[in-house]
Amino acid sequence: MNRAISILLFLAAAVAARAETVAIRGGTILTVTRGTIQNGENASVLIRDGKIVAVGTNVSIPADAKVIDASGQFVMPGIIDAHSHIAAESINEGSVSVSSMTGIEDVLDPTDIDIYRELAGGVTTSNVLHGSANPIGGKNAVIKHRYGKDAKGLLFEGALPGIKFAMGETPKRSRGSGPAARYPGTRMGVIDVIREAFTAARAYQKEWKEYEEAKRKGAKGLVAPRRDLELEPLVEILEGKRLVHAHCYRADEILQLLRVAEEMGFRIATLQHVLEGYKVAKEIREHGAGASTFSDWWAYKMEAYDAIPYNAALMVEKGVLVSLNSDSSEEARHLNQEAAKTMKWGGLTEDQALALITINPAKQLRIDDRVGSIEVGKDADIAIFDHHPLSVYAVAQKTLVDGEVYFDRARDLEQRASIETRRKALLEKQKGESR
Amino acid sequence: MVSWAVLATLAALEALTDAPDSYVVKGARILVGTGEVIENGVLVVDDGLVVGVGQRLEVPEGAWVIDAAGKTVYPGFIDALGSLGLGAKPKEETKKEEAKEETIARGPEDRPGTHSFKAAADELTLSDDRVAKWRNAGFTSAVTVPDQGIFSGQAAFINLAGEREREMVVRTPVGLRVNLAPPGSGRSFPGSLMGVLAYVKQAFADAAHYRESWASYEAAPLGKPRPTYDRTLEPLSRAQSDGWPVLLPAHEAHEIERVLRLASELGVKPVLYGIHEGYAAAEALSAAKTPVLVSLKWPDRDKDADPDAEEPLRVLELRDRAPSTPGVLEKAGVRFGLYTDGVEKPEEAAANLRKAVAAGLSRERAVKALTLDAATIFGLEDRLGSLEPGKIANFFVASGDVFDEGTKIETVFVDGKKFEVRGGGE
Repeated sequence: MNRAISILLFLAAAVAARAETVAIRGGTILTVTRGTIQNGENASVLIRDGKIVAVGTNVSIPADAKVIDASGQFVMPGIIDAHSHIAAESINEGSVSVSSMTGIEDVLDPTDIDIYRELAGGVTTSNVLHGSANPIGGKNAVIKHRYGKDAKGLLFEGALPGIKFAMGETPKRSRGSGPAARYPGTRMGVIDVIREAFTAARAYQKEWKEYEEAKRKGAKGLVAPRRDLELEPLVEILEGKRLVHAHCYRADEILQLLRVAEEMGFRIATLQHVLEGYKVAKEIREHGAGASTFSDWWAYKMEAYDAIPYNAALMVEKGVLVSLNSDSSEEARHLNQEAAKTMKWGGLTEDQALALITINPAKQLRIDDRVGSIEVGKDADIAIFDHHPLSVYAVAQKTLVDGEVYFDRARDLEQRASIETRRKALLEKQKGESR
Repeated sequence: MVSWAVLATLAALEALTDAPDSYVVKGARILVGTGEVIENGVLVVDDGLVVGVGQRLEVPEGAWVIDAAGKTVYPGFIDALGSLGLGAKPKEETKKEEAKEETIARGPEDRPGTHSFKAAADELTLSDDRVAKWRNAGFTSAVTVPDQGIFSGQAAFINLAGEREREMVVRTPVGLRVNLAPPGSGRSFPGSLMGVLAYVKQAFADAAHYRESWASYEAAPLGKPRPTYDRTLEPLSRAQSDGWPVLLPAHEAHEIERVLRLASELGVKPVLYGIHEGYAAAEALSAAKTPVLVSLKWPDRDKDADPDAEEPLRVLELRDRAPSTPGVLEKAGVRFGLYTDGVEKPEEAAANLRKAVAAGLSRERAVKALTLDAATIFGLEDRLGSLEPGKIANFFVASGDVFDEGTKIETVFVDGKKFEVRGGGE
């Protein structure tokens, strides 16, 4: 009883704390999915309890709303980075060729300053992935950039879990040398590792099904099978409960991967990097995979040579669900400019370009019912730029997650002096103390 | 200058030669350890145990009377985690051994860094001269455990004196130590923090399965294949089923939260150690009702660090505020012990403790953390940690308040045996 009451009180307090109305007024609203609401003092986005409740030029703003003046500015959905390695204390478990027992969620570091720095580029959601050292890598974590919250508070609640796969040079080269060298050492070996792992996962799935079945029939004295934390995520992939995000470059390995996945009975959710995707866009679309690529970053290794800046646009034209990602905490801070390049290279429209860093990655991560556009009912994850975000002059002024301002450029500039003063004072104090 | 080893030998000889069974310490200010303070009190010790403490007590016949007027008596301090009594190895040597030992593990089934079967109680040696050094500083007990690998071994609660190693043991095991740093190079599993965390989860899942398999087999062995004995899983299984404290490392607030979640997932009773940023995680610890061991080795700038390197505010803040952790934990109602964490000199540990007091820890709670609370964390509050009648006679006589600079520790009793501190330790 007491417990129930305290939980109720807690919930009431939580709701009270979040029961806040925010209105972004003025400016140009780039909804991405519902067109652009042109610059006008009546253009508004109304937010209540972290959700968008009204968008348009005819929105009545309650008197108690906290108003953010966006006159002359550009309001867009928070940017979603489909390939990130920030906020994690380790990235690769490279000792084994299948590291699916590991997970980024276990090692999230909510204090990583990159979470904040990317807010300063308008990023509000990141798909934090394991590295590419293994044919089958570790589990991912989709996070919101709620800088200041603890690790659990970062997690994008309800996002479908995922996992990293990798093809080609990195898994081949991460094998080391001498007696410690790891299998595989070739591209065909990479495919073999995947096939073997899913064959084992099928057997494991069967073992558990048989056990559950026997238990249901009332068998006595049964001991549950040993839990295998390496195979459990693979069973989830087979059951459609976990998304595969696969690092790949070359057209041949893309086809190999799609085929081995189809053979083993699962689908690839996204192809990551996928620099030669333009060559096999039809096959990618038919498989149902999304493609998450770079705008114009290539030639950093052999398998990344046959790339063209038209890749994203060509795949879009062929009907592939395309996003642009960063794979870098620096690049993540100007994904808006990366998107703009697809207008120059390939002639995408503004909305198509913006979709590459908003609604498309949201769809790829299966979180498009929550984020990726400015629509009623969605989370109020919003970036406000001083110029059109596809302009090279655009600088993010405010970034909101769940209707809360997590980055405010003016406040940031204001705080810099006091942070430096505090830092100097501590340095001086500690100099005095050290022996 | 006489070396510590010689002093230790002298002290041991003294304990051997003319040791009576009964002592009476008279006239001192006695901190019983329960919060009670007896001015001008009498403490009676017989056969290794406290038999009486009060203001007026009969002095038993034949007892050795120690006049301690103007002095203060404290329950013996407990160094709540370390490797005392296991022999001090120079760091270089340990590194060489590790390099030689590295075999490549290909997955959890190779049980990498898993020495859970190793019991500290079986590895004690009288030749560890750190024992006498810390005893002279008022430490009468310690929790000791090997520290190499992921599951480094089973902890023993020991008294810091004994004529034979086995006499030092108060109880074994009192916990299972876990380290989360990858044990080898990245080539061997696990080669990363997330690999170690995954391995720890798999090992405890295997331990649960092992326990169930054996239980099922023992209940009806006919017609069933026999499970395979595994010395690494036995202790993990016992930790789960018998509630051994599982010692898990965490310094920063997000590490504390991470390890609390891990422990609840593993189904074990956690005791966290490290805790330098505990000042920012007291609420979480209090909500989880999890006791902690706070390292008395406050973070310091690396001696070899580039003097021109800019340090971020976060690092400076942690360094500045770490000593406030015990005081913050006290106010939040978190039970904690303290450990010296490899600090070499007792004077340095004392100075670090004074920093914690200066940063808000009450003297009463500081004593309790070093005595009864540490005993309670390891389930031994019914036999030591305070000077109540019947308990093990571990205590020391100091020239004044131990938190005042210049106070000397003059006499230390372990299991009722007296050790004079030559020259007086601080």
